[in-house]
Order: sequence, then structure tokens, then C-alpha cells
Amino acid sequence: MDLGLLLQDVATLGVVIVAVPAALVAYIVGSEFLVKLLPDAARGSVRPWIWVGPALVFVTAFLVLPAIGTVLTSLQSHDGAFIGLANYERQLSDFPTGGAWIAIRNNLYWLVLYTLFVLFFGLLLAVLFDRVPYESVVKSMIFLPMAISSVALGVIWKFMYWYQPGDATQTGTLNYIVVNFFHQGPKTWLTDPNINNFALIAAGVWGITGFSMVILSAALKGIPGELLEAARVDGAGEITIFRRVIFPLMMPTVVVVGTTLVIFALKAFDIVYVMTAGNFGTDVLANRLYKLLYQSDNPGGASAVAIILLVAVVPVLIFNLRQFRAVESRR
Amino acid sequence: MSAEAPRVDVAGAARFSPGWIAERLQGVVLHIAVIGLTAAWMVPAAGLLISSFRPFSAITASGWWIALSPPFNFTLDNYAKVLSSSNLGHSLFNSFMISIPATIIPVTIAAFAAYAFSWMKFPGRDWLFLGLVALLAVPLQLSFVPVLRAYVSLGLTPVNWGFVGIWLAHTGYGLPFSIYLLANFFRALPSDLFESAEIDGAGTLTVFFRIVLPLAVPAVASLIIFQFLWIWNDLLVALIYVGGSENVAPVTVTLGNLTNSLGQGYHLLTAAAFISMIIPLIVFLSLQRYFVRGILAGSVKG
Repeated sequence: MDLGLLLQDVATLGVVIVAVPAALVAYIVGSEFLVKLLPDAARGSVRPWIWVGPALVFVTAFLVLPAIGTVLTSLQSHDGAFIGLANYERQLSDFPTGGAWIAIRNNLYWLVLYTLFVLFFGLLLAVLFDRVPYESVVKSMIFLPMAISSVALGVIWKFMYWYQPGDATQTGTLNYIVVNFFHQGPKTWLTDPNINNFALIAAGVWGITGFSMVILSAALKGIPGELLEAARVDGAGEITIFRRVIFPLMMPTVVVVGTTLVIFALKAFDIVYVMTAGNFGTDVLANRLYKLLYQSDNPGGASAVAIILLVAVVPVLIFNLRQFRAVESRR
Repeated sequence: MSAEAPRVDVAGAARFSPGWIAERLQGVVLHIAVIGLTAAWMVPAAGLLISSFRPFSAITASGWWIALSPPFNFTLDNYAKVLSSSNLGHSLFNSFMISIPATIIPVTIAAFAAYAFSWMKFPGRDWLFLGLVALLAVPLQLSFVPVLRAYVSLGLTPVNWGFVGIWLAHTGYGLPFSIYLLANFFRALPSDLFESAEIDGAGTLTVFFRIVLPLAVPAVASLIIFQFLWIWNDLLVALIYVGGSENVAPVTVTLGNLTNSLGQGYHLLTAAAFISMIIPLIVFLSLQRYFVRGILAGSVKG
């Protein structure tokens, strides 16, 4: 590595992390000085726009306008000519194996299985851990995978799923268990189209369960102890208490976590990209978009896939907005 | 409080009575379940960590669990080799170059905006905020093609401008969540605070920099950790805007490339994966409290 380049870059970094916030603060302070020169009545209507201005510019430039651009691109051919819905037709042709259908099917697998298993494990671990004195230690351990990248997670699980052909000793954890404890042939976890999607989803579940556990655990702790005491005094068993008292009270939180997980499932990319690159029937929409954009140089097709993804997210989005407004009205 | 409540009340049953024994057994089963589940959860990562210290010949000949019994045969070879033969060292540096500005810039901008959304009145405020909540769910994929085209036509590529393009992109992408998280916190501050400050003649700047920001330190801290980890661990945005070329690729991209390219040298991946995890693990383990707080505040609460 070129040391000159390194020093130069570190210098840039220093300048950027000092100068940019300084410039932003100067912008706020400077414009406040100008606002004070305005007549009293005008100040209140000018000032807020100065404070939200930079954020609105960025969000408009990087999210709102590009989203509109993507809608337009999805209606164009590679050279920019308007071709109507042809890109969508190509992506949605030849059901069930052509176009984007494999990716759509797999996103549905992710949506259902990933969400349900993460909620299940999150709830199970939150409830179990709540009853032991070393709760914080075990929680950290489950939570740890949240800190690492999905790429590293992919590497970890590639080794879990490692496959040795023939009679060679299985060095992958899962195949060793399959061969030595269940006395079956080793499985090609990542290339066998019957199981590989579930193998990828399992890796994803492992990585994100800590997230749902932490939120559900906080909700569990919010349930008043007297309520549980009362149920116990009435002679309810622990399982009845969970079903009739704890679970209903946690339902709103389960729904919130569930919607977040649905969004994660629809955006699934890293794990698939690292572990199978979308081959062997494991493609998902986000990976297909990436491939169309970079390997096939097909921005129109990629944009159409992006819009399909957006359409899938819209119900969740509407649900989130309703949820948000309901909370606001209670304020 | 309620952490203690669910524990089974043993005093209710006499010692060594059938009820007492059943309750004790339940306790044992609980501990076994908790420790068993946690241990099972650790297996994938622990297996790779152990493998990363095993010599190549051992990795290919037997599973990682063999290394747990004597003769112990551990080595740092994989780490030495992957650092010398791949681009990982420089990639770590690139990850810092990308992550630090791409954390500081959006958090600063978000703090101003969140304050305005919480404590200033302006037409369309509630609609704009609702728009931000909607954007939380919109896939980033939607923006890639147009932003990339704009970057190319403006010459804002890694070759000319280094990481400026990805800093700006991460700023745009990080803002909806950042504003949402901080605004939730700012709005929870008591309004008396602002009224009494106004009576004392404090201007907007004084209120924000002297009262609101100091109170918001925990919220800002958890946001910084969140955004930093998110960018450090990001693969997709980095692939799109900086790509895989040696001098600019962050550690996730390099690790991803190694995964696809290391046919014979796959044992080096074990070490590479752990090198990529060092920084997030340090950040996470030392600041876990803030990280968890960020997660709790960031979910759209019902």
C-alpha cells in the first residue's frame, strides 16, 4: 500500500469529519443571524425551512427523485426509448420459472419462513431468558450476530454447510451430524434446490433473531408483575399464563417486529449474494436487480424489478403509516 | 421487578414433597433449555473461529470440533497469509474512510431536521414527517439506477472523487431513520423546558445547542453506533457506488470477492471473516447498551 496515498487519505478524512459538521453548524448559526434581521412575524415561518432544508435536499435527491426516475427507466428500453410495459412483461413472463418468478417465489419463502421463525425464536428466547438470573449474558450471545456483516455471516454458514463428496470425512458441522447421528448421506445444502432456500433462510434467521428477542424482551418486561401474580394465584399454569396473558399483551409488539422483518425479508440480498450468488434456484429480487444492472447491463429490467419490490412493500408501508398515526393521535 | 416475578415460588411446597421436586425439576429443565439453546446458537460462529486458528491440512482433514481435544494444533498462519496475500488490510482502511464521514454527516443533518420536526411549527410538517416514515420501508434498490446515472454524468465516480459519492449516498439513505429516531427522542422532552428557556430570553440556537443536544447525548450516541455499524457492514450500497477495485473496496466487498474467488484457499476465508468482524464486535461489545436502546427506539412502535 502506498504510504503517500494513505497519509493523503487520512488528511482528507480529518478535514471531512471536522469541516463538514463545522460547515453545517456555521450554516445554522449564520442563517439564524440572518433570520434575526427579518421582521418578527416572518421569523417563525422562515426558520424551520432552514433547519430541515439540508435533510429535505438529501432525501429528495437520493430517494424521492431517484424513485421517480426508476419508474420512468422501467418504461424505457436500453437506449431510452419509451417501450411501455415491455420490461415488466419480460420480468413477469413464463410463469412459474421464467423472468423474475423464481426470485418472487423465493422472496415469498423468505417473507413467510424468515418472519415466522425469527418471531418464534425471538419470543421463545425472550420468555425463557426472562426467568434466569444470567439473562444479560445469554442475551448478548444471541445478539452478537447482529453486530457482524451479512458477508461474514455468509462465510460462517458456508462452513456450517460444507460438503465433502463421496466417503470423505465431513468437515462441515451439519453434514457431520447428518452422517454420524442420522446415518444418511451428506447433503449439498447450498446447491440442492429442494433445501438450499431453507438453508439460506436459516442463516438469515440466525443472524437477526437477537433483534426480535431484544424488542420482545423489552415488551415482556413491560407487563406488570401483579398481572402475572394474579393469574398464578388463580391457579393458572405457566403455559396458560403465556397463552392467555403474556402473548395477547405482547401482540402489538409482535406485529411491529413482524412488519420490520417483512421489510428485511423483501430486501434480502447479502446472504444470497455471498452464499450462492442467486444460483441453483435461490435468486431473490434484490439479487436479480443487481445482476440485471451489472452483469446484463439492463437498467430497464433492473428498474422494473425495483418497482415490483416497491409494490410488495407498499402494504407494509401503509400499515406502518397507520400505526404511526394511531400512536400520534394518542399523544 | 418483573424479571423476578416469574420465578416459581418454591416456598409454597414443603421440602421433598412431590410438588417441591416437580418445581425443582422445572428449574433444571429451564436452565438446560436456556444454556443448550445459547450454546447451539454459538456453534456456527465458534466453529469458524476455531477453524481460523487451525492449519490448512487440519481444516481439510477434519471438522473444527476435533481441534478441541489434544493434540492442540493452533496457528496464526491463516491470519498472516490472508493479510499478506489479499487486499484486506487496505480494505479495513477503506471501511473507516467510508464509515466515519458517512456517519457524522447524516447524524448532524438529522439532528437539525429532527429538532425542527419536533419543536417548530411549519405548514406541511406532519405530512413531511409521514413521508419520512414511509421512506423507512422503501427499498434502497429503487434509487440505484438513477443515482448511478447522475453520478456518472457528473463525474462523481470513485476514480475522480474517491468516497464522496458513497458518503453523499449514505447520507441520503440514512436520513429517514436518523431523523425518525432523534425526533422521537426530542419530542419526548418536556415542553416546560422550552417555555422557561424562552422566558429567560434564550434564542433558538441556545435552546438547541445548550439544552436539547446535551440532553440528547444518549440518543445521538445510539444513532451514531447504529449508523456506523450499518455502513461498516453494508455490502450492497458499497458494491453499487464504489465497486470492487482494490484501492477503494471496503472490507465487506473484499470479503465477498474472496468468498467467490478463493477456490483452493478457502481456509483463508475463516481468518478474513474474523478480521472483518473485529471493529463491529469492539463497537458492539463496548457500547451494547446504546445499541439496544437504538433498536428499541427505532422500531415503529404500536
